[in-house]
Formats: sequence, structure tokens, C-alpha cells
Amino acid sequence: MKKFFVIMMVALTLGVAINAVLPDVSIAGPENQIASAITAQAPSAEPQTIKANRAITISLFVVIVAITLCIVVWAAKRTKTTADFYAARGSITGTQNGWAIAGDYMSAASFLGIAGLISLYGYDGFMYSVGWLVAYVTVLLIVAEPCRNAGKFTMGDILSFRTNPKPVRAAAAISTVAVSVFYLTAQMVGAGKLMELLLGIPFRIAISGVGCLMILYVVFGGMIATTWVQIIKAGLLMTGASVLCILVAAKAGFNPVQFFSDVATNSQIQSWVQINLLKEAIPKAGFDYGQRFLEPGLLLKDVWDQISLGMALVLGTAGMPHILMRFFTVPTAQAARKSVIIAMFIIGTFYILTTLLGFGAAINVSPQVISSVDKGGNMANMLLAQMLGNQVAPLAGDFLLAFLCAVAFATILAVVSGLVLAASAAISHDIYVNVVKGGHADQHEQVRAARITSVIVGIVAIIIAILAEGQNVAHLVALAFAVASSGNLPVVVLALFWRRFNTAGTIAGLLIGTVVAIGLVLVSPNMQYPKIIAAGQQKIFVALEKKQAGGATLTDKEKAELAKAKVIYEKTKDGTSMMGLEKPLFPLKNPGIISIPVGFLAAIIFSLMFRRKKEEDAFDELYVRQNTGIGVAKTIAH
Amino acid sequence: MAEQTNWAAIAKNPKFEEIHRRKTVFLFGWWIFSTVYYFLLPIGAGSAPGLYSVKVIGNINFGYLFALSQFFVSWAIALYYASWANRVSDRLTGELLDELKLR
Repeated sequence: MKKFFVIMMVALTLGVAINAVLPDVSIAGPENQIASAITAQAPSAEPQTIKANRAITISLFVVIVAITLCIVVWAAKRTKTTADFYAARGSITGTQNGWAIAGDYMSAASFLGIAGLISLYGYDGFMYSVGWLVAYVTVLLIVAEPCRNAGKFTMGDILSFRTNPKPVRAAAAISTVAVSVFYLTAQMVGAGKLMELLLGIPFRIAISGVGCLMILYVVFGGMIATTWVQIIKAGLLMTGASVLCILVAAKAGFNPVQFFSDVATNSQIQSWVQINLLKEAIPKAGFDYGQRFLEPGLLLKDVWDQISLGMALVLGTAGMPHILMRFFTVPTAQAARKSVIIAMFIIGTFYILTTLLGFGAAINVSPQVISSVDKGGNMANMLLAQMLGNQVAPLAGDFLLAFLCAVAFATILAVVSGLVLAASAAISHDIYVNVVKGGHADQHEQVRAARITSVIVGIVAIIIAILAEGQNVAHLVALAFAVASSGNLPVVVLALFWRRFNTAGTIAGLLIGTVVAIGLVLVSPNMQYPKIIAAGQQKIFVALEKKQAGGATLTDKEKAELAKAKVIYEKTKDGTSMMGLEKPLFPLKNPGIISIPVGFLAAIIFSLMFRRKKEEDAFDELYVRQNTGIGVAKTIAH
Repeated sequence: MAEQTNWAAIAKNPKFEEIHRRKTVFLFGWWIFSTVYYFLLPIGAGSAPGLYSVKVIGNINFGYLFALSQFFVSWAIALYYASWANRVSDRLTGELLDELKLR
């Protein structure tokens, strides 16, 4: 315990040191851009409130960190065995687990990104959010209860139940780590950018700070601390979204018909749709551009890509290792069922509130301002909060903005902690204890292995995130879901429901599903294709040169543009993508539509090619257990 | 686990076979329904954008209500499953455990 407090003190000092550095960070941060953007819109915003803003935000951060560290100290005393560390001893109730699942699942991307998409592209942003909830029907009906009944700590436990445990656990750990690392990198890079944009904290310091906290939570508090961090975060997120929604709804007199009419008749939205989205310089007579914002087709143009993404969401969520792991924390299948249903209501309500926030931001802040602050619209909620708050009282906007920053911060911590825990469970429980040690390790050694692995996973995540600075990581989330849906989900479902499934099928399904999903993304339009960039630049400078040849003199801005386009063209014209390709081989951004069937087929074909009678006979035990829960109490007790 | 549980015998127990049959029909049936209903949304948006534009109440159109209905349909399936499980599968499982003297 002494060692524990020494490390805690070091971490706290580090945290204080980071905070002490903060006021020195340049004042001309993007925060001012937000403020000036708002000032341009509503002259009432006072520029001198920015300082107060940072003070409030940092204090709220400190409060969150302090509360969560208290939880870690409390949880550390209760974390002695592997059952404590990985599964909170099965002591979490259904309701608590429901909030924790919601906290584990709703990332900063859902909170900031989807509202941003709605504020910039209207209806399509909302349609995009639907799949994230519908995914839980699969979790509820197919995987939650069987996993609770048949599993212990990891996905590897379920898959190795009746197969040859060593190779199966190793393969399961590989795909678990792949999914976790992709998702973790996307989250951490997003966190760094967010802190940089909102508070002017340098990217590396932000990542290291978030990374250190996440390691602390997981190493000392294990699943108990991670669960409570996720519960608190879900509560904060719902509070923040609800308060903001009430402010938005009040503007429309709490009348939904009025609200949508405000969207359709807003002149800034109309001109945004006409000029920026539909690229029509002259408005078509009689065309209702405002109403067009409420109709599909402004963002999601390829139906096949949407179906492919939908498949990855609907099947991938149920194959996410950090989500599966949450079902091992409740005592019974009934509690697992209850927790998914509670999570569905929280997550669904959140996305419905998000629609209001997205459209509300479009009406009140305008898409033009939102996209000028951040191209992807990620700051829509933040801008909305500051603006509506300031209309209530001068300081309220800053407080609300600070509160939302704190919510985003808590959100990131909760999601990354869950992922680190899942990845380190796969490495220490599946690979170290069961493959390397052949299951012969005492409790003390197992917990120590789990803690050491968590530190290593955390440090590696920090390093990868720092290396990925400036890279486009948005496709990593899609990649995580693609691997989870093509590698993990097929084998989990077949292991639970198909008698003839066996070792060969499990390994083939996991590896082929994972490799095909990653491979298709590598040759998809997600990657950068220099020749396509070059062609775009060529268009720009050819047009400008034509203008010049026609006798017109170019403005300085146009000259600069011409020079820049030529430089980029020269740099990119002979280049190829990471895979040496000139253009994408696979036309869709989401590989699910191909890789999911391939994952299932590989698992089925290899099972039938290498049949194992012993494993088929053991199906009775697994099937009776997963349906009835016989034997669960014994699993927990030992 | 001291005593050996005879899993194959439980698997052949008529009560267990009934649990298995009714669960399979309910769970996969509703899963397929939910999935088909969900994929109608993007497919419809791509193939029948005109339908999505039809105004229903004020400026609120069919597309918005259809997307919103996805949430309510998912919730309804969840609640219906909870009540079905309480009435049917949990009760049958309880009866099976009593019969096997496992609780």
C-alpha cells in the first residue's frame, strides 16, 4: 500500500505541475477564435471572460480528477484477486452496469462529432446516429446473457471453453488487442486535439496527462474504479446534454413543430445548403433550401457504404471486447439483461437529445460559424453552450462551456480506461497466464501480471497517440468496428450456438476476419492517394492559368493559391498510397459488407474441414450453461 | 466442482429442449425483425428520397419520424423481451433448476 501512495503522490504532483504550466500557454489559442466567432455573431459576448473560462474549466477538471482518484483509492483496497481486477468480483448491479455500459460506449466522438454532423449536414447526421443504438438489440438478444453465463473475464474464456485453449486464446488476444489499439488511438488523438483546441494545452502534454490518469485508474482500481469512472461520466454527459437541450428547446417555446420550422426558415441554413452543400451559386426559384436540410443525401451519398457501416455497427458492438467484458461484472444473466436495457434507454435518449443540439447549433450559431471554428463541426455543442449560456447570464455561458469541456474530458477518461482494461486482460489473462504459464499462476502473480500489462498497454497507447499526431485517425474507429464485427462477432456467436464449431474454425474466423477487414481498409478510399490529390491541385492551377492567359490579372491571393497548388502537384504527382496504389482498389470506406460474410464463412468452412468430435460433444455443457446459468455461481466463488 | 454434472442428460431434458426452442424462435426472430427495420432506413433514404421529404406535421417530414421511430422500436423490443423473459424463459429455467435440484 505504501508503494501505491508514493506513486499516487508522484502522479498528483505531475498533474499539478501540468496545471501550473497552463496559464503560460499562449493566449491566442483557438479559444479566442471561438470567442471571436461568437462575438461576430452576438456582440454581447465579452472578450475578457476568456480568462475566467480557463480558470473555471481547469477547476472543474481538477474536481473530476480528485473525485476519480478518491474512487481509485477506495477501489484499490478492494482489488486483491483477479476476479476483483477484471470483473469487480461480479458485484456490480444491473442498473450500475447499465450506466457503466453507456459510459463505456459514448465517446467524445458521439458527444461532439454527431452533433457537429447534424449541425453541418442536417438529417444525414441524425440518420448516422441511429445505428449506434440499434446495435444494442444484437447485444441484448444474442450475446449479453450467454456471455455472462459462459464466460469469466475475457472473450478468450468463452472461445476456449470447448476448443484447444492455447492457440484459441492467443488468436482471441490478437484480435482483442487489435480492436482496442485502433479504438484507443482514435480516442487519444481526439482527446489531444480537443484539449489543444479548447484550452491551448499542447497535444503531447494533453495525451500524457490523459494517459497517466488512465493508467492510474486501471492499474490500481481495476474494473471497480473503471466502472465508477464510467458511471460518473455517463451521469455528467447526460446532465450536460439535458441542460443544453432545455436551453435550445426554450428558444422554440418547447414546441417541436416550431423548432423544425425555425430550422427550415433560417436564412443562414438556407444559404449554407445552397452555396456550401449543393454548390449552387444562384438559388433555384421556388426551391426550399431550408427544408432540404431536413432531408437525406447531403452527407451520406453512397447507400452501399451506409449499409456496410450499418453492418459493422450492428454486429461490431456485440464483438467489442470492452463491451463484452462489462457483462462479466454482474452476478447473473438477469442483471446482464437489465443492464443492456438501461444502457439502451440512456444511449437512445442521448442521441435524440443530440439531434436537438445539432439542429439547435445550426439555428443559433449557424453552420458557417461552426465549420469556420472546426471543419468537422466538432465544436458545435461548445459554441452553442457558450452562446445560449451567455444569453441567460454573462458568466453562465463560460460556466456551461467549462462544464461541457469537463464532460468531454471525463468521457475520454472513461472510454480509454475501459479499452486499456480490455487489452491488458487479453494479454495478461489469455496470453501470460493461460498460454505462457499454462494456467499455473497463483492469484498474487496473476494480479501483478495484470497490473504490469496495464502499465505497458497504457504507455504504448500514449506513444502511438503521440506518433499519430497530425494523422487522420477518423477511420480507425470504423476499422475497430470492422475488426470486431468480422473477426470477433462471428466466432463468439458460433461458439455459443453451433455444435460443430471447433478450434480450427475459431482460429480461422478470428484471423481471416481480422486480416480481411484491415486489408480492405488499407486499399480503401480512407487512405491517402497522392495522384488523386495531384489531379485536384492540377484542376486549380489549370483554371487559374487559363484566367491569366485570358488577360485577367490575378489577385495576390490567387497568385499564392496558384503557387501552392503547383508545389503540392509536384510533390504528389508521382506518389502512391501506403500500399503502393494509385487509386483505391476497394470502393467503400467501410469493409463490413465483404469482411463480415468472409469472417463467418472462414469460421464455418474451417470447422467443417477439421471436425473434432470431442469438441462437438462438449457443446452440450456450454449450451446448457449459457442458457441456464448452471455453474455460474461456482465460477464466481472460486 | 466435486460432483460431475451430466450435461448431455440436461441437454436432452424435455424442459431444456422447450427452453432452447422457444428462446431460439424469440431471440433470432426479433433480432431479424430489428435488423431488417434498421436497414430499411439507409436503403429507403437512398432509393426513395421523395418519400422521406413528405411533410407530416409542419416542417417535420416522414424521414425524420422514420429515423426517430428506430429508437422507439429498439426500446419496445428491449422492453418486450424483458417481459417475455420474465414470463417465459426465466420461469422455465427456474422450473428446470428445481427439477434438477440445482438450487
